[in-house]
Amino acid sequence: MRVGKYFNKGEQSADNRTLHQIGGRSADDFYRDRWAHDKVVRSTHGVNCTGSCSWKIYVKDGVITWESQQTDYPSVGSDKPEYEPRGCPRGASFSWYTYSPARVRYPYIRGVLVEMYREAKERLKDPVLAWADIVDDPEKSKRYKSSRGKGGFVRAEWWEAAEIAAAAHVHTIKKYGPDRVAGFSPIPAMSMVSHAVGARFISLIGGSMLSFYDWYADLPVASPQVFGDQTDVPESADWFDAGYLIMWGSNVPVTRTPDAHYMTEARYRGQKVVVVSPDYADNTKFADEWLPAHPGTDGALAMSMGHVILKEFFVDRETPQFLSYVKQYTDLPFLVTLDEHGDTFVPGKFLTAADLGDTSEAAESRTVLLDGDGNPYVPGGSLGHRFAKSGMGKWNLDLEGVDPQLTLYGSDDAAAISLPRFDTDQPTIVTRGVPTKIVAGKRVTTVFDLMLAQYSVGRDGLPGDWPTGFDDASQPNTPAWQEAITGVPAKQAARIAHEFAENAEKSGGRSMILMGAGTNHWFHSDQIYRSFFTLTLLTGCQGVNGGGWAHYVGQEKCRPVTGWATLAFAADWQRPARQMQGTIYWYLATDQWRYDPFTSEVMASPLAGGKFAGRTAADNIALASRLGWMPTYPTFNRNPLDLADEAERLGKSGVDHVVDGLKTGHLRFACEDPDAPENFPRVLTVWRANLLGSSAKGNEYFLRHLLGTDSNVAADDKYGIRPQDVTWREEAPVGKLDLLLSLDFRMTSTTLFSDIVLPAATWYEKHDLSSTDMHPFVHAFSPAISPPWETKTDFEAFHRIARGFSWLAEKHLGVRKDIIAMPLIHDTNDATAQPGGRVLDWKAGECEPIPGKTMPRLVVVERDYPAVAEKMAALGPMVEAVGLTTKGVTTHPDAEVEYLRGVNGVVASGVAAGRPSLAKDTHAAEAILSLSGTTNGRLAVEGFEALERRTGTKLADLAAEHEGKRITFADTQARPVPVITSPEWSGSETGGRRYSPFTINVERLKPWHTLTGRQHFYLDHDWMVELGEQLPIFRPPLDMTALFNEPNVGDVGKDGVTVRFLTPHSKWSIHSAYQDNLYMLTLSRGGQAIWMSDVDAAKIGVKDNDWIECINRNGVVNARAIVSHRMPEGTVFMYHAQDRAIDVPRTEKTGKRGGIHNALTRLMIKPSHLIGGYAQQSFALNYHGPTGNQRDEVTTIRRRSQEVEY
Amino acid sequence: MRVMAQMAMVMNLDKCIGCHTCSVTCKQAWTNRTGVEYVWFNNVETRPGQGYPRQYQDQDKWKGGWTLTKRGKLTLRTGSRLQRLLKIFANPDLPTVSDYYDPWTYDYSNLLGSPPSDTTPVARPKSLITGDNTKVTWGANWDDDLGSGPEQVGKDPLLERLSEKVKLEFEETFMFYLPRICEHCLNPSCAASCPSGAIYKRSEDGIVLVDQDKCRGWRQCVTGCPYKKIYFNHKTGKAEKCTFCYPRVEVGIPTVCSETCVGRLRYIGVMLYDADKVLEAASVEDPKDLYPSQLGVFLNPHDPRVIAEAERAGIRPEWIQAAQDSPIYKLIVDYQLALPLHPEYRTMPMVWYVPPLSPMVDALTETGHDGENAGNLFGAIDALRIPTEYLAELFTAGEIGPVRASLQRLAAMRSHMRSVNLGEEPDPEIAKSVRLKKGEIEAMYRLLAIAKYEDRY
Repeated sequence: MRVGKYFNKGEQSADNRTLHQIGGRSADDFYRDRWAHDKVVRSTHGVNCTGSCSWKIYVKDGVITWESQQTDYPSVGSDKPEYEPRGCPRGASFSWYTYSPARVRYPYIRGVLVEMYREAKERLKDPVLAWADIVDDPEKSKRYKSSRGKGGFVRAEWWEAAEIAAAAHVHTIKKYGPDRVAGFSPIPAMSMVSHAVGARFISLIGGSMLSFYDWYADLPVASPQVFGDQTDVPESADWFDAGYLIMWGSNVPVTRTPDAHYMTEARYRGQKVVVVSPDYADNTKFADEWLPAHPGTDGALAMSMGHVILKEFFVDRETPQFLSYVKQYTDLPFLVTLDEHGDTFVPGKFLTAADLGDTSEAAESRTVLLDGDGNPYVPGGSLGHRFAKSGMGKWNLDLEGVDPQLTLYGSDDAAAISLPRFDTDQPTIVTRGVPTKIVAGKRVTTVFDLMLAQYSVGRDGLPGDWPTGFDDASQPNTPAWQEAITGVPAKQAARIAHEFAENAEKSGGRSMILMGAGTNHWFHSDQIYRSFFTLTLLTGCQGVNGGGWAHYVGQEKCRPVTGWATLAFAADWQRPARQMQGTIYWYLATDQWRYDPFTSEVMASPLAGGKFAGRTAADNIALASRLGWMPTYPTFNRNPLDLADEAERLGKSGVDHVVDGLKTGHLRFACEDPDAPENFPRVLTVWRANLLGSSAKGNEYFLRHLLGTDSNVAADDKYGIRPQDVTWREEAPVGKLDLLLSLDFRMTSTTLFSDIVLPAATWYEKHDLSSTDMHPFVHAFSPAISPPWETKTDFEAFHRIARGFSWLAEKHLGVRKDIIAMPLIHDTNDATAQPGGRVLDWKAGECEPIPGKTMPRLVVVERDYPAVAEKMAALGPMVEAVGLTTKGVTTHPDAEVEYLRGVNGVVASGVAAGRPSLAKDTHAAEAILSLSGTTNGRLAVEGFEALERRTGTKLADLAAEHEGKRITFADTQARPVPVITSPEWSGSETGGRRYSPFTINVERLKPWHTLTGRQHFYLDHDWMVELGEQLPIFRPPLDMTALFNEPNVGDVGKDGVTVRFLTPHSKWSIHSAYQDNLYMLTLSRGGQAIWMSDVDAAKIGVKDNDWIECINRNGVVNARAIVSHRMPEGTVFMYHAQDRAIDVPRTEKTGKRGGIHNALTRLMIKPSHLIGGYAQQSFALNYHGPTGNQRDEVTTIRRRSQEVEY
Repeated sequence: MRVMAQMAMVMNLDKCIGCHTCSVTCKQAWTNRTGVEYVWFNNVETRPGQGYPRQYQDQDKWKGGWTLTKRGKLTLRTGSRLQRLLKIFANPDLPTVSDYYDPWTYDYSNLLGSPPSDTTPVARPKSLITGDNTKVTWGANWDDDLGSGPEQVGKDPLLERLSEKVKLEFEETFMFYLPRICEHCLNPSCAASCPSGAIYKRSEDGIVLVDQDKCRGWRQCVTGCPYKKIYFNHKTGKAEKCTFCYPRVEVGIPTVCSETCVGRLRYIGVMLYDADKVLEAASVEDPKDLYPSQLGVFLNPHDPRVIAEAERAGIRPEWIQAAQDSPIYKLIVDYQLALPLHPEYRTMPMVWYVPPLSPMVDALTETGHDGENAGNLFGAIDALRIPTEYLAELFTAGEIGPVRASLQRLAAMRSHMRSVNLGEEPDPEIAKSVRLKKGEIEAMYRLLAIAKYEDRY
């Protein structure tokens, strides 16, 4: 520098250390230019992620340059942190897709298919006949199906791709029926218009939309079981209200990145934070205490915490606020009958008004408790008051001054009861005692008394075996007992339980549990969650800001739900729509049912009545279908259009014709013979999703049976147990699906295996709407640029397909009648169809087949196929003529239809003449917003008024402050807009408060949508009894050695070490970006990777970044090892959805491409998830149904050759 | 007194969730171009870990920053000017691209373009430097979340300096995240290393920049910077570095990394300092004194004498106002929560950090104590899973006192606010024990927890 001073102008310091210059800034221009941009557009990311973050998209010279988070969320109050900035690294790197080399720019069709099509069309001069020519020819069909996933795409024109797709739909409907067509697209809240437009097309033609929330195993089945509600959770700002926070299987910094700050900041308010996680997860860093429970044992820990709370806060000391809460808001005071079982009793059914001799309407759905004087009392609010005429004004939680008896303790009539336990090698029975009483000739006790027995909390004088104290490990549910199972010290478990309850007592219920995939993806997650809910319910935390459950995996909140559902299921034109339970669909379609070497008896209680004897999961599905519990589409082994025609020819009603056919056996349910060609699903459209690279549990079975291409399945179906009611065909079919159509902007496993790939616009190239449960705002997508190359928005693409379809339908379909089999639906009077949850099978002669009662409801609808495109593009008349119903509340949006005529314009001619237009995506967005109470104050008030008539309590004032407010699409484009309190949801935002679920139930005495109208600890359906799961109970992870003969966890053999295989959500891909994103790959390991402990790695000689091969009966995965001491021994993580498209070599075992994380998993169906037709255990789409759980799996891992081939 | 103004940043590591949003938004805005593929002006590293580039903290190896001569004179660690001049064409202390990582992409086009094959098409990794097939063996964030375990994480240069060996075992696991940008030092060794005089510190805001016209690509600055936050653009042949987003800051918008920080842990503000004191402060003998000596360089913006001197130095009134409102000043001086990163490099860094708490109750539970109770607070801090010694190696040249004091204040704030939260009267002893008044501890709470946008920047 001393030398330099002669060359550089400026003032140099005496020590020659610094040089001061004042000068121009021209040298800085490079970075100034770089920062320049022409405009900033508001948009967000449209699927997969429930972040719903509003982003600024920067555009320069017509090119999207980058994105950064918006910071203009309306304030949540001066005493709380704000939602700004929302967004994570995945979202921040999304724009990479716009111009990425992986972008799908043009339509593509597999060459071998398009060649056959062109030849056939040339010959036959008709697209539908051409398609039929290929798919009906076994040799041709096999030719293109077996090429799936093996390259060979050729670029096509839009018209041709759309024409083939339309022809496939027309042919399938004509030959097999509309219910052989399906659509899959998840998470509508994140881009309501894009979801709705495809679902609308599928629904209008009579196809079925597949559920996703249960299929993803993100649905906590315990939520409908306990709350009668799909999932309703607090917004993240409400975490800040909590005084005690347990993060239990929810790695918030990774999976709820934009919300995590509320947790870190709440600590500064003195919130205590506890993490339960088997590994040292990212969130552990923020915890005051870390409870490293072994994977899948969380239920044991929670049961022991429940034990501590019941003992310390209910028995040793009665905590007044907890007692008053559980008496009013839970089923704990309700009476349950006890049934004799040998020398003891077992818990039976809820006592109902019918048992008391009441013969009036719905008496069987009115539950009973004892008043302070010990007399039976039938309170309002139960299911029996919800739909019955006589229940008008009485469906509420007002106890009319009655102080219910929580316990019968003190009665001198105690009885021994038998309860199951599953934590031992073989399920066994424990004997406990409860106080009882004879009411209406039946021996009864309260749910509370049963809970104490179940949780092993003894009281003097009761018979049975009881623990001697918290340190007694011999009896289930004590802290010492759980220590042996979970590894968490008994003292710590007891202390955390005590603190949780003590905080709730001090803070008025502000103890919260954040829970997620880590605890919700297990086979028995419903039981894990019920044991969590016990903690929040006993301590009065549900329905309180800052308290209760907070479930965050796959959950979403389509806040303007009524408007979205109306459009998506075309409820404005015809009802009902076919809505199919996803897990059942895939389980049958991919033939995974053939590979179960056990019956459902393996899950039964030692006290079971033998109802599962000899029954496989497929048998259970068949039963659930014919009893109207669950939907199954395809429904019958005949085309429903032909059935309707046939009925007409015979001069019968379609309903009678079907019932007669089923009775005589001439007609069968398709699910009773899923491998018959007439029962195959034939056409599937996937958009906004990567089914085959992500959620497809049993991925390799998909490839083999559904798609008919190569797979790495090692299991053999010869070991599969033959079902009783379901036909077993010796030869398992391969290639059931005729057309896999996908719309995407990038190449995934789904597009790689598709027959036709349509180029989609990205989230920065379209108009749409987004909302979430994480925050209370709705906001917009806006196009930063027009869709480039030949990409189209989903909206345009589906309209294009619909126009092609309608045109071909003129000739091939015309106007037809369709017979739909509808399951018994939740939040309707169907929920009272099968009182007591008694299973009566008409097929076994146990009752008559009565549609809507003992079997599915049968509905005949007319399908005007040539008019499908016109109907899609207009809002139909049923909106105001019939009204719109959400969760049992009906509104009549007549003024809104008039308004939409004004803003959207009116259709001039055709079938929709005079109706509001839905021809543009902005029209659809406008319609969604105006038809929903959350975004239209007038409808919120109207809905609450309707509800007030039923409850007899005051509700409409909750929305009155916003009665005149109507959120328009332009409002959402300007800034995120807070929503309005509406009966569509259970919490209140009135007066600007934070959203917490069930605050309306607690504060306004509105019942939960359950049997008792209260939050349920007890479930009395026959199958719950059969499983021994009437009450929360610990059920360990499935034993894959016993079930499937896999090696034991910890075994080291020639194929390597056997470990538990978990698939948590990834830091580098889930949510708004995917694993193929170059930024995310650069910041992670650049391809598929499996985290394993250094201890396990040493056992098989693996070093960090070595290639490993993982095998089990389901498939093969080749990945790099990430060796880390933050992983516990015996467990590996393969983070979710690392697709096979990026740096996956050929496997050593098969020489084929390695699989994805779900190549090692497969579906297992829990019988209780199939229950339907009974109170809160009734079906609704994404609400109740079997989960596609995958956590209980194991795999064997070895070091493979480090020279890999591609 | 020569008053100068410095734009500076404080990051509250106790809130950092390690999400890397800052890295991605920075990369997208500034370095997603050829020549700087491997460059992350902002990166986030998991500690313990090797960092980016690998082991950059090992100055015995990389020779960054300043050192004191035997006579107590400040000199660049690379040695005399002559020594550097001799090495100008073959600098042995220069990290290669591989020390950062070899950037790569994928053959994405194969996914659509693959001809019919016997298995599923795949996108193989391709080097972004050579275009050839490559294997991914190291990355910008390879040891994220302790990935690569004892083998690589154990090579963290700081671990070696701890008196007690840290066990990298499951039961003892600890980690935290360290986001890093250029330190915009008061005494930048990069600038002093530059033979071309291309690196300058802006007089109005202290931002350190490379003059792209003057830079001759000698790369002495890369060696000179002990934080390895100057990068060589192999296409233009010039050095590039974090610009503190001056095109944004100049128009009143925070830097990209701070505005997009979804953990809301970054604070930006103006610090006034006495430029005449910098050399002396950087030259104190004991490295452990560097933190207090740097504190001594900062000027109290509320002091009328400082204001007068600042006005005389031509600092505009709105800058003086900004210095008075500066959240940075509160965190660094008033609350003494924030600490400098590696003061022992003697560059007087101006990006400071609030150290992270970590599970602390664990160690106390065996005794049956609740670490939340005020009485146990300070005992709990010494039982943190993150060894305070490790934090001290990062922030205070090994001196544990300031780290402990900062963590004690955080813990005391939690304890005080818990009482407020539950509607109880806070124990006045809590605030007193960390030498804060009730009002101060609650103001500190607002700044750290409520942290509104306008209060952070």
